[in-house]
Amino acid sequence: MAHQIIATSRSASGIPTGRLAVWWVVGSEIVIFGGLIAAYLLNRFLHGSWAQSAGHTSTLIGGINTFWLLTSSFFVVLAHAASEKRDIRTTRKFLWLTILLGGFFMLFKTYEYAVKIEGGYTLFTSNFWSFYYTATGLHGFHVLCGMVIMAIIAERDIKQGKNWHRVENIGIYWHFVDIVWIFLFPLLYIAK
Amino acid sequence: MAGHKHPSYFKIYIILLILFVISVAGPEIADIFHIEGATRLILILVTAFGIAIVKAYYVLAYFMHLKFEKIYAPYILLSMVALMAVFFFGVAIDIMKDDGHHWEKTYEEPLVAPGESGHHEDAGHAAEVTAHH
Repeated sequence: MAHQIIATSRSASGIPTGRLAVWWVVGSEIVIFGGLIAAYLLNRFLHGSWAQSAGHTSTLIGGINTFWLLTSSFFVVLAHAASEKRDIRTTRKFLWLTILLGGFFMLFKTYEYAVKIEGGYTLFTSNFWSFYYTATGLHGFHVLCGMVIMAIIAERDIKQGKNWHRVENIGIYWHFVDIVWIFLFPLLYIAK
Repeated sequence: MAGHKHPSYFKIYIILLILFVISVAGPEIADIFHIEGATRLILILVTAFGIAIVKAYYVLAYFMHLKFEKIYAPYILLSMVALMAVFFFGVAIDIMKDDGHHWEKTYEEPLVAPGESGHHEDAGHAAEVTAHH
C-alpha cells in the first residue's frame, strides 16, 4: 500500500491516535462552550431582562435549524457505516448530504441574523444580545469548519479510497457540534 | 469499531426527533393551558433541559459510539464537565450576591434591556417621520 497509516495500526492507547486526538478536541470544546453556557445561566438567573430578551428569538427558525443538524448527524453516521464497508460512493454521498444540511443551517442562521439586525438587535444592544451573537456565532463557525473539513475528506481521501478512519473522526466532531446546539436551542429559543 | 452490536441508526434518529418535538411542545403547552408559577418552571426545565440531556446522551452513546469506546474516553469528557461544575459553583457564590468582604457590585443590569422597550413604536415613529417628509 502506498499510503500506510502508521499511527492507526500501532496504538498503545487502545484508541486509534487520530480518534483519541478528536476526543481531546471535544474535551477542550466542552470547556469553551460550557464556559459560555455557564455564564449565560448565571446571568439568566440574575437578570429578568435576559428572559425578556430571549422572548424575541425565533423558536421556528431555531427549531428548523435543530432539525437540519439532527438529520445531518444521522447522515454523517451513515457515512461512517458506509466507510466501514469501504463503499466509496455511499460514503461520499452521505458526507456531501451532511455538508448540504450544514449549508441549510448556515443559510437559516444568516436569515435569522439579518432579521434580528434589521429589527435593531445587534451585538451591542445589550448583554443578552452580545451573548446571543457570541455563542451562536462561535457555533456557526464550528459548523462552517466542519463542512470544509468534510469536503476535503470526501474529495481528497475517500474519492481515492484512502484514510477511511477520517470519516469517523470528522463524524465525532460533527456530532459534538450537534450536541452544543442541543443545549443552545433550549437556552436561547425555548425557555421563555 | 468492528465486533460491537448497536441499535439501528435510523431508530436512534427517530428517537431524537421525537425528543425534539417534546422539548418544543413543553413550553407551548404551558402557554396554551396557562400554566404559571412553579408548575410552569418545572415543566419547562424537564421538557427543555431534561430532554436536552437525554438527546445529548443518545448522540454521545450511539452516534459517537462512546458506549463502545475504551472506558477512559468518556472519563476525559466527564472530567471536563466536572471542571465546568467547579467553575459554575465556584463563581456563582459571588456573582449571586451584591456585596461581600471589601467589595460591592456597582453595576446594575437594567430591568428592561436597552433598545428593547418600545422598539416597535420606534420603528413606527421613524416611518411616520419619513411619511411627513
